[in-house]
Formats: sequence, structure tokens, C-alpha cells
Amino acid sequence: MLIAAGVLAGLALATGAALWVTDRRLPQQTESPVERVNRLLPQSQCGQCGYPGCRPYAAAVVSGAADIDQCAPGGDRTVTELANLLGRTPGRVNPEFGRPAPPQVAHIDESACIGCTLCIAACPVDAIVGAAQLAHTVVRQECTGCELCVAPCPVDCIDLKPRELPRAAA
Amino acid sequence: MKTLQPPRWGIRFERARNGLELRTAAVPATLQVSLHQHVGHFAEPAVSMGETVLRGQPIGTVREGALGARVHAPSSGQIRSIERLPAPGRDAAPVVIIDTDGKDTPWSGYRAHPRPLRLATGALRQAVIEAGIVGLGGAAFPAGVKLNKGGGVDTLILNGAECEPCINCDAALLQAEPAQVLLGAQIMLRILEADTCLVAIKDGMHSAAATLAEAIQALGDDRLRLVRVPPVYPVGGEAQLIQLLTGREIPAGGLPWDSGAVCQNVATAAAVARFLTTGEPLISRIVTITGNGVAAPANFAARIGTPIRELVAAAGGYVGPECTLVMGGPMMGVPLPGDNLPVTKATNCIYVAAPEEIAERGTERPCIRCGDCATTCPVNLMPQLLLQAGQHNDLDRLDELGVHDCIECGACDYVCPSRIPLTRGFAAGKQALWARARERLRAARAESRFEAREARLNRNANARNAVLEAQVAAVDNSPQAALAALLARVDPDDVAPDSGDDDTPAGQ
Repeated sequence: MLIAAGVLAGLALATGAALWVTDRRLPQQTESPVERVNRLLPQSQCGQCGYPGCRPYAAAVVSGAADIDQCAPGGDRTVTELANLLGRTPGRVNPEFGRPAPPQVAHIDESACIGCTLCIAACPVDAIVGAAQLAHTVVRQECTGCELCVAPCPVDCIDLKPRELPRAAA
Repeated sequence: MKTLQPPRWGIRFERARNGLELRTAAVPATLQVSLHQHVGHFAEPAVSMGETVLRGQPIGTVREGALGARVHAPSSGQIRSIERLPAPGRDAAPVVIIDTDGKDTPWSGYRAHPRPLRLATGALRQAVIEAGIVGLGGAAFPAGVKLNKGGGVDTLILNGAECEPCINCDAALLQAEPAQVLLGAQIMLRILEADTCLVAIKDGMHSAAATLAEAIQALGDDRLRLVRVPPVYPVGGEAQLIQLLTGREIPAGGLPWDSGAVCQNVATAAAVARFLTTGEPLISRIVTITGNGVAAPANFAARIGTPIRELVAAAGGYVGPECTLVMGGPMMGVPLPGDNLPVTKATNCIYVAAPEEIAERGTERPCIRCGDCATTCPVNLMPQLLLQAGQHNDLDRLDELGVHDCIECGACDYVCPSRIPLTRGFAAGKQALWARARERLRAARAESRFEAREARLNRNANARNAVLEAQVAAVDNSPQAALAALLARVDPDDVAPDSGDDDTPAGQ
């Protein structure tokens, strides 16, 4: 009886020590869960999910406040990736939060632009350049196609066009 | 002369038709010279419409610092136009159309050096760039870049092994101009400061081997050695040849010269020698016209820009009405949309396939995991696992299994008993991985821009708040201060303190 208890206690101690050592020695998962979720998001910062940007949505997903199916620009693929990461049931994007669309970029009709700077203030990634009373334009490489500039425009001169895919490398 | 043991991988083809005749193709009335015949950026046109050009005059130049190669006029004549046209292997490229005058007058802008080996290394390197020389094995990588390694290279490999079956242009060149090739090898050795040059030819090129061995003997340069490689496909691939000849494997994602060996096609060496000795840049190359769809297969020394149609006509024309043109060999070649396309620096072979050769591959059946594909893969990939990952659209797994190392040689397709088009899937997988990497890059940029903007907005808001707070804090709320402020606001003239005891305003 005593021997058995001793052996078990010894085993428990030894295992505990081994676990402590490995915990100290092995590289730790330094990335926070929010960071890992955020990395899977398309970073369009469009706010369609109801949060003011991708990282806030990631934080909400991790805390359980938001579901994983609210990212329309990411599409079903992002939902699947999030499900794989978090061990949830994969599904499709909830149509309440928008419909997955092919990549797009904003385009300003410069002949109609009155230079009001409202779209510049709305752009989450500073992809619109221009100054008051001067025509604005979109830096196409940086535009995420989030559509946030469309609503503030008083003359409705912004529309979204499909993003040209980069030509295959020669 | 050394003969190597065959590698474990690859496909052993029946000996292909050997020794096609080398003929010189006539200069056509119209040349279509693409300005994008090489890896990198297309060359900028250096001529304008209506201008007269001479043979060997530069018509396209490379911007400073950009990857590319110069393009020269293949014959003398007048520039008819510069248009965007389809070019072999490309959807569209700027193409200079030259109406030749039939005189073939040479341009004298480049000097001929009777003894090129006495030139300084820098001058030789510059010459390779000036002459617009690119890898003539079919990849068309600018040769100047590959020769500009500045040390660390001990072996030069001259590739005359002809990767694909049926291609015969290297053998024809070796037989016709062995001295030129060997001089090119010596020049390249000087540029690279390397001490060994292995000239690889395919086992079975008997006449070329004999000619070359004689030429090496006559030259008496013991740095040059002839090696016969077994006729196994794809032994003529750059990485495969380096591995077979030197035993050094190029690391995944690495470049061939990381192994300390530089591989150049024999025709590239000959072009370098020709430019230095005669001052003639790269304006012609040898093209093999072969296949069951052409009456008299032959090799042609053709000017760059010659329409493929004219070469096929010179080779006796099509045997039937429905022949398919393939640029490159039967294994890796790309089908051409028509025969109006011109010969480029990359055109080593035009395979004219008869209708019966473009047979149905047969129905694709499920993978039976026989492993033949893995045995034959020259880069030791496991196509059966890659196939599975591709079917599941598992990009991470594809990456892990090394799909980027696939050279798309098609050997696995060839041996697959289930007739699965493996290579096509791997090419698509590579594209998907690149697309994903691009998207990730975009996302990272968007994120950092978003964060920078948030930080800026916060900073501005904080600065504004600080100013407001400072103003609020500056206001003194004590009664004395309030009285002083009140008094400061009162106009002293309105008060009239000494005019009387009553408080009546002065006006009454």
C-alpha cells in the first residue's frame, strides 16, 4: 500500500517536473488568439461586420461576441479558415452582413469631383489623395474596396470597379 | 570523354531522329521583331516608324537597372510600324515590323575583336549585355545577369543535352560551329573566373560528339571537358544537369548559381563568341522544325522575327490541313495559336504535330497510388500527394510538399497509368499560392495603413484635447479673477468716476 502510494506520488512529481521543464523550454505560442484570427481576415477595414475594423471584429470573434460568418469580403473561404482555427462548424457568410463580392477598387470620376474631401476622411486606409477644391483620386494599389467612401460623396462620383488581377509573371 | 550513369528518375525515350540537316533560311520580306523575347521587362523601342535600320542595329533598349535584353534589327530595311501583337508564349508584346530591303547591310556600331580573350573581364561582360544575348535553350533569361555573379562560381556547364526529345538545334550547332562554341566557353570561363567547363551532350549525338572532341583537342585547353549524359528526359533541365554533372543539388527556392555552377546553352556560348569576333549581335538562331506534320524536318539558321509560316514552308510545308504547332518540344512545349507568329530568341523548336499525334489522353481515372510519378519525378516530389492536396484545395499542404519546386516537365503525366493531368494541376496550384501570397501582402499593407491612420487620428485628437485642456486650465475661476476680468471688460469712459456722486450717465 505504502509502496504503491509512493510510486504514484513519485510518478506524479516526475511528470509535473517534466511538464514544468517543457513549458519553460519549448517556444511559447506568442501570438495572441486575436492576432491569429486577425491574420485570417482580409483587412479591408470595411466595417460590414458591424465592427470598426478587422482587429475589433477579431477581438469580438475571440471573445464570443461575434460569429465567424460576418466577414463578407473574406467570403466563405475566410469562414472556413476561421472555423478550422477555432474549432467551430464551417459555414457560409451570413447574408445579413453583405454578400461576398469579387475584389474591387473604388474609382473617382474626376470630372465630377468637387473636391469636398469627405471621401478622404472616410477612407480607412488613406488610399484617396486630394485637397479641398481639387479633384481627388484613388491610389488603386492601396484601395481595399471597402465602399466606405461611396456614401459620403455629395455628388455621387465614386463607383467600384472590379480589381484587375496582376498580370502573370513573365 | 566521360559518360554518366543514367539517373534514377526521368523517362528514357527511344532514340529520337538524329542529325537533321542544317539549312539557312532566307531573310523574309517582313520581319516581326518582338521587343519582349526575354525574361524581364520588354525593351523600349529605340527607333521610330519610317526609319531605316541596318542589320545588327539596336532597335530596343533596356532601361537602366531593369531586367531585360537589347533587341537588334535582324536585317536591314525600313521600320513599317511598332504594334502590340501576339507573340509566341505571350498574349501581346510590342513588335517592331521591318520591311527588309534585301541588301542585308551590316551596321558598324559594334567593334569586332579578333582576339576576344585578351579583353578585360568587364568589357566581355558588357559585350554580352550589349549583344542582347539571352539563354538560347528556350528560357531566354538574360545571359549577362547569369554571368555577372562576381565570383563563387567554379564550374561552367555548357548545355548541349537538349532537354526534350525531337529538339535537334544544339546538335546541329555543335556540328556546324564547334570552334565558335568552344571560344564562347573560354570567354564565359574568363568572365566567371571559373576553372572548369563541362560541355554536356546527349549520348547518341555521335557525329556532334566526334566533331566536338576533335575541336577540343585542336584547341588544347584542358579546362574544357566533354561529358556525355544519358538520353533521359528531362536531363537537359538546368538544375537536373547541374546535379547530374557536379553532384550538387540546388536548394529549394535557391538559384542555380547558388550551387557554384552556372549553366548556359551551347548556342548562348556561340552567340557570345560571334558577337565578339564579328560584332554581330544576337539576330539569328537555329530552330528545329520537326514533327510528323511537316514534310521534310530540318534545322534552320533563321533570323529572329522570321514568321514561322515561312520556316514550315521551307521545310516542305504541312502534310495535312489540320496540323498543330507547338513551340518547344513535345513534352513541355506550348501550343501556338497560328503560324503567323515570328521566331524569337526563345524559339528552339517548332513541333508540327499531325492530327493523329494530338490524340485524346484517354479518360482520366482515379489515382491508384502506384507511385510511378514519384519515381520518375526529377526533383523528388511526390505527385500523388500533391494531387491529393490539390483536389482538397489545401494550399498549405501543397506548399509543404514543395509544389514550387515542380519544374513542370510533365514526366509524371507521361508515366501516369490513370492518365491524370498532374502537371496542369500543379501549375494551377502554384498560381493559387502566388495569388494567396499577393493577397496576404495586400492585407498586411492595408492593415498597417489602417493602423497608421488610427494612430494619426488618435494623435490629432489627443493634441486637440491637450490644447483645449490647456485653455480651460488657463482660466482662473477665483472671485478676484472674475472681478478683474469683469473690470477689464468695462470701458473706463463709460464709468466716469470723478464727475459726480450720482450714478447718472454723462449724457443726462
